[in-house]
Amino acid sequence: MRAALMNKKISTTSPTAKPGTPSGNAKIMNRYDLTCRLTARLTKGEAVIGGIGNTNFDLWASGQRPENYYMLGSMGLACPIALGVAIAQPQRHVFALEGDGSLLMQLGCLATIAARAPKNLSIVVFDNGVYQITGAQPTPAAGVADIVAIARASGIAASAWAADDDDFERLVDSALAHAAPSLIAVRIDTTAAVGATDRDPVQIRERFMRGVGVR
Amino acid sequence: MVAVAHAHSDSSQQAAEQGWDDIVVACLKRNDIKLVTYVPDRVLTPLIAKIHADPFFTAFATTREEEAIGIVTGAWMAGMRGTLLMQTSGFATLANVLASLVVPSQIPAIMFVSERGTLGEFNLGQALVCRTMRPVLDSLAMEHRTLTRLDEAEFVVDRSIKQAIATQAPVALILSPLLTGGKVFKG
Repeated sequence: MRAALMNKKISTTSPTAKPGTPSGNAKIMNRYDLTCRLTARLTKGEAVIGGIGNTNFDLWASGQRPENYYMLGSMGLACPIALGVAIAQPQRHVFALEGDGSLLMQLGCLATIAARAPKNLSIVVFDNGVYQITGAQPTPAAGVADIVAIARASGIAASAWAADDDDFERLVDSALAHAAPSLIAVRIDTTAAVGATDRDPVQIRERFMRGVGVR
Repeated sequence: MVAVAHAHSDSSQQAAEQGWDDIVVACLKRNDIKLVTYVPDRVLTPLIAKIHADPFFTAFATTREEEAIGIVTGAWMAGMRGTLLMQTSGFATLANVLASLVVPSQIPAIMFVSERGTLGEFNLGQALVCRTMRPVLDSLAMEHRTLTRLDEAEFVVDRSIKQAIATQAPVALILSPLLTGGKVFKG
């Protein structure tokens, strides 16, 4: 059903998609726009862990929710950090936002998450196929590896490419209602982030801890 | 007087029967460290088994030590205390995440490292990687203690955990072959 839906959208909404790439013909979207769409749908104090670089910059720019955490270093650890939050607070839904290059650096975490099977953890992967912040060099996986297929094969059955913006919102709602970990992959452009996070790790951590009721 | 002496005797006897792994389990429980992540090591096997056997703990293996650092960091920020068990070569993969996440964010990551590469090591790679561990810890000014004696183990582990949490700083507790027996060449 979803494949049919995605195929239907090829010619109309996705003129820049490259046929044959592993993400199929998902529309190329924008990280900041999608981040705003995501946070707008979070009404129950859901935690959001933004991965290194443009991912957390756009999360910062989307509005500094107290339940947001902005990871400045430690490339690849957004999903593991989100898993830790999800284990510690099983009543709170947690989203990890991660770039494709970052996730490639720590693919094993997908199997760990699948094995723990937290009911309250979802992952959004922003895939532009490049290490954008270092000069947009292509990742080894660009045009070759399929993040959604990797996630499914790692045991996260509820993994899907978002065909377009509306589909992304539907997938977010579905992830919030789903009692198992889920992953939403989105193809994005290479537009720079809208903002830049304050570089104060202690303040970021303290704000987050207050935001999730620990302080 | 007699009663006190008797109680002391019982307590000493009980302590004498405890292995290093029992002491670590007791210290983790006493300090409410419920989350245990690990990448295994032969020396850690009895400790891991005892942790899995105790419903107090949420314990699981990760694919990399870095991943476990992320999980323990997230859990701490959300109100749950955690620890990471690994061997020396696993610690050697952590310099980046310690320097870019744990230390600057002031995360009390409590790490137990089974010390390989010394006191009878048979694997040259382990022996070489072991030499990188303390220089990395020292270069980040991280607290670390090497446990060599059973009679000091409870004091060192308990106090180090308490200090890590109170000062919001990571600590590495290095389990020497002098304490654990290590892993020996059977070839």
